[in-house]
Amino acid sequence: MNSLGSLIVRRLAFAILTLFIISVLISVGVELLPGDLARSLLGQMATPETLAALRKELGLDQPYHIRYLAWLGDVFRWDLGRSLANNILVSELIGVRLENTLFLAAVAAVIAVPVSVILGLVAALYRESFFDKFVSMTTLTTISFPEFLVAYILMVIFSVQFPFFPSMANVTHDMAFWDRLHAVALPVMTLVLVVVAHMMRLTRAAIINVLSRPYIEMAELKGMSSAWIIVWHALPNSLAPIINVIVINIAYLVVGVVVVEVVFVYPGLGQLLVDSVSNRDLPVVQASGLIFAATFIFLNLTADILSILANPRLRHPK
Amino acid sequence: MIARLTRSFLKVPWSAQLGFVIIALNVIAFVFAPVLAPYPETQIIGRGWEPGFWAMDCSDEAVSQRGPCWSEFNTGRVEGKAWLGTDHLGRDLLTRLLYGARNTISIALLITGLSFFIGMTFGFLAATMRGWVDQLISRIVDIMMAYPTLIFALIILSVAGTSTLVLVLVIAILDSTRVFRLSRAVAMDIVVTEYVESARLRGEGLLWLMRREILPNTLPPLIAEFGLRFCFVFLFLSALSFLGLGLQPPMADWGSMVKENSGVITFGVYNALIPAFAIAFITIGVNLVVDWFLRKAAGLRDEY
Amino acid sequence: MTRLLTMTKLVIEGFQKDGWTTIVNGVDVHIDRGEVLGLIGESGAGKSTIGIASMGYCRAGCRIVGGSIVFDGMELTTASRRALRRIRGRRASYVAQSAAASFNPAHRLIRQYAEAPVRHGVLARIEAERNARAIYRRFNLPDPDRIGGRFPHQVSGGQLQRAMVAMAMACSPDLIVFDEPTTALDVTTQIEVLAAIKDAIKDLNSAAMYITHDLAVVSQVADRIMVLRHGDLVEEGRTKSLLASPRRSYTRALLSVRKGGGERVAHPEQGQRLLEVRDVSAAYVDGVPVLRQVNLEVTRSKTVALVGESGSGKSTLARVITGLLPPEAGHILFDGQDLRPRFFERSKEMLRRLQMIYQMPDVALNPRQKVQEILGRPLAFYFSMRGSEKQNRVSELLEQIELPDHYASRYPSELSGGEKQRIAIARALAARPDLIICDEVTSALDQLVAAEILKLLQRLQNELGVSYLFITHDLATVKVISDEIVVMLEGRVVEHGATNEVLEPPHHEYTEMLLASVPEMDPDWLDTLLATRVGALLREGERMHAPE
Repeated sequence: MNSLGSLIVRRLAFAILTLFIISVLISVGVELLPGDLARSLLGQMATPETLAALRKELGLDQPYHIRYLAWLGDVFRWDLGRSLANNILVSELIGVRLENTLFLAAVAAVIAVPVSVILGLVAALYRESFFDKFVSMTTLTTISFPEFLVAYILMVIFSVQFPFFPSMANVTHDMAFWDRLHAVALPVMTLVLVVVAHMMRLTRAAIINVLSRPYIEMAELKGMSSAWIIVWHALPNSLAPIINVIVINIAYLVVGVVVVEVVFVYPGLGQLLVDSVSNRDLPVVQASGLIFAATFIFLNLTADILSILANPRLRHPK
Repeated sequence: MIARLTRSFLKVPWSAQLGFVIIALNVIAFVFAPVLAPYPETQIIGRGWEPGFWAMDCSDEAVSQRGPCWSEFNTGRVEGKAWLGTDHLGRDLLTRLLYGARNTISIALLITGLSFFIGMTFGFLAATMRGWVDQLISRIVDIMMAYPTLIFALIILSVAGTSTLVLVLVIAILDSTRVFRLSRAVAMDIVVTEYVESARLRGEGLLWLMRREILPNTLPPLIAEFGLRFCFVFLFLSALSFLGLGLQPPMADWGSMVKENSGVITFGVYNALIPAFAIAFITIGVNLVVDWFLRKAAGLRDEY
Repeated sequence: MTRLLTMTKLVIEGFQKDGWTTIVNGVDVHIDRGEVLGLIGESGAGKSTIGIASMGYCRAGCRIVGGSIVFDGMELTTASRRALRRIRGRRASYVAQSAAASFNPAHRLIRQYAEAPVRHGVLARIEAERNARAIYRRFNLPDPDRIGGRFPHQVSGGQLQRAMVAMAMACSPDLIVFDEPTTALDVTTQIEVLAAIKDAIKDLNSAAMYITHDLAVVSQVADRIMVLRHGDLVEEGRTKSLLASPRRSYTRALLSVRKGGGERVAHPEQGQRLLEVRDVSAAYVDGVPVLRQVNLEVTRSKTVALVGESGSGKSTLARVITGLLPPEAGHILFDGQDLRPRFFERSKEMLRRLQMIYQMPDVALNPRQKVQEILGRPLAFYFSMRGSEKQNRVSELLEQIELPDHYASRYPSELSGGEKQRIAIARALAARPDLIICDEVTSALDQLVAAEILKLLQRLQNELGVSYLFITHDLATVKVISDEIVVMLEGRVVEHGATNEVLEPPHHEYTEMLLASVPEMDPDWLDTLLATRVGALLREGERMHAPE
């Protein structure tokens, strides 16, 4: 138990350290990059006076560590500053957007996870069969497609040619749950297709890797059926890699939706980030960057801890 | 020589043959773009979003026989003018596609090459030296990988601007973390073998160990990874261009072409899909070849 | 007795790089009820393939091309998967070479024991688990009532192997296939597993097929022995008569393999001190001590054998001497000079004089270099040889290791295991060393090949006057090659002296145990041993501990 506990604590500590370093990079490190932020915001025509004023407003005249601590304190109070573009509170701007992004990711995950695990299992079980080859060709193709192509193909089919779903996934706060689902149908389908392809391939690989182990041959020589071997012998041992694959893909769903959100003009965090990057709206970029980082690190940490727990050697030490 | 190549090409499974053909087509487009292109790179030859070979006859007579047209955009093509239609400014899409191949492929190759140079150097170094060097590099890479690549790139680009040089450096460095992980892992397997130990005990220097003992034995997985990373970089670059943050106009580039033409998809004008399919085409080609290569390297057990 | 299994004209092919090759070439095998058949042969003889084919099973990449397999009246080559499943695990069971790999790491031992009887509907789970505990007790497993609740990684190698023999007995099968069940174990551990196997066969009165490369081991359990080579049957006979009067020369070679060895001649420089290890202690990173105050001496043109089982620290000592692992205390002298603790602090000249040969020839040679590059590099590196001078020296080295000149242009993958080991020897010789450390150099090779390598090493010593530090777990090779023996246990030297002194009584208790565990070509050896005090200790799996 001791080694298990210390392993988990170590992972936790590393996650916190990573988050700390990334927060430093986001708050201060960004300004260390080439290019004067104030100048780039105001353009080449700016007078020295306006430049100095903006620097003061942004706090650029303070030393780095002071600025970082002040910023961190603000973040903990959920005070993320105001957007440079429209002077709205960043926390307000982000709140709804984050909720929308999480909704999209959650719906996609609920569909994609069981589908891909089952497909992966079946493909591994009937390896080299027609089904397996068909699925692996299809997923290989999907992986090779840029996300926007998948999105546009779905849009052409289900919105332009056969108008089942809206091409603009516009959701508002007062929408009923089913209306929301209807609105996000196309982005969800896009995400599911992309994520299932990845997850299914990796699930299949994880199971096939286990199926080549001597204890599987032993189980066959004990006269066990294929289904029993997959469920009792292979699955418990491929749990750790499968969990890893699932969580990493969920993480991808949260942060990787940027392109999909842009295609379907979905009011999510990714869309906001892209807009803010184009506008150089730094407070918004920093805040959404930090939220993405925290989500991503948290999910990776979950994957690490779950796969440690799924390992019998670590769960039952000598 | 040619006969031998043909013979070994015919022995390869059909999926990999297809992949090779696709790659060859892209190489030809890459090399001969100015010769193959029907028009100069930026010449405007007609209206915006003119249809290509799929153009429909929308005269009343045709409509009464076949049914309505998808969209008024799909009509009015001048015969033999633009086989793949025109873009939003009325430039020939095929021409733009051919020149775009040059830009996108060469930049993606440059990024992948740079990423491999960085990743493999540090990966081999970490595996050969072990100890604190390995710890330091590995932890830095862990931290870099704990952050989603796309967001990382967006934030850096937001500050440093979207010049091609910045783009190349940012993607190459971010991507090199994955190359580092793989090359460190495969080198680790080689470093512990007795032939490397024996070379160490002979007194060989670091460079000899990395170049002569480790590198030749890590090539197959790294070559396969090069293909996969190239696909990833290509898609990544296209996604950034699609978001307006990648290669900037007037450079012809497939991702930007999709972006420029995508606004009218909902009106039934699908010209934007052509560069998008071109992107898919090349990555499928590379993936098919890599898939075959990996199977071959893993032994022939799957193929009986 | 009635016939249980008949395999006639069995042909099995395996898929290799360039297509299907024959692994088993029309062999006839039959086993009567209650009979124990020994299958013996070197690697590539096809013995394991025949073993699992008796259960109608073929590994991935193999296929049964011809012949028939009849198990108790039922033809297995054409049987349905369902029918095969009813035989496997219930009427015929399998014991694999590595229990650590063949037990599922995710389940407790007793659940895996009960799996076959419960799933086949032979016994209820409670009954099966009660049987398991009884058999664990019969096999002298420690804490038999609770050991089944453990996971495979929580149990030692010898115990796990016994647990697997127990698992094979779960459905009281008619046939048990033992596939090299003791090959991966230390000699002293081998005894406890062999005793369990003998008990299992006796208790169930079942038939068994015992597959091994070790004639001495198989003669302890088998009623009848088949000698196989390259997929063909060489010779077949009752155990006693086959051992007493083998008809074929191949069998005779296998029988006499342990007696081999070359002639030794005295060398003029013999007797000068070359390597001195003084009070060396070492530990790995986690602080667990591996070597405790070890002393050792190697003199010129002599061979010192360092003997011990896995975990004794003998390979760690080699790492300390070569400078891969700096010692915590003590020092090492080479030809009177202090050896720096780390190899990269040593001079090129010092590195040249101390060379090493490894256990696994497969990973000791860079697969991407041709033989001439492998042998040419030390020549260029140490002696700055170039062009034809280098070429001539490579030819000379190939001649010394008895390989033809054209081997220079081959890659390691084009060589056999023994040839690879010869190249590794030549690579060491290329440096013109004073001392070669040989780390288990023969244990990965087939017995006949190993004997050739020992002869070669002896001849080279006679000619070149090089010294060997010969690390091994195998006392049989020690007798052949060494001038002096050092026995190690748990990081300490427990006995050392001239070869004949150490091998003659009185021994240190551990040396006695080691010597007693070496199987002999006498069918009664195991029973005789088990009747002695040392044998009883071995059977319990009792381990010796080094004196503090």
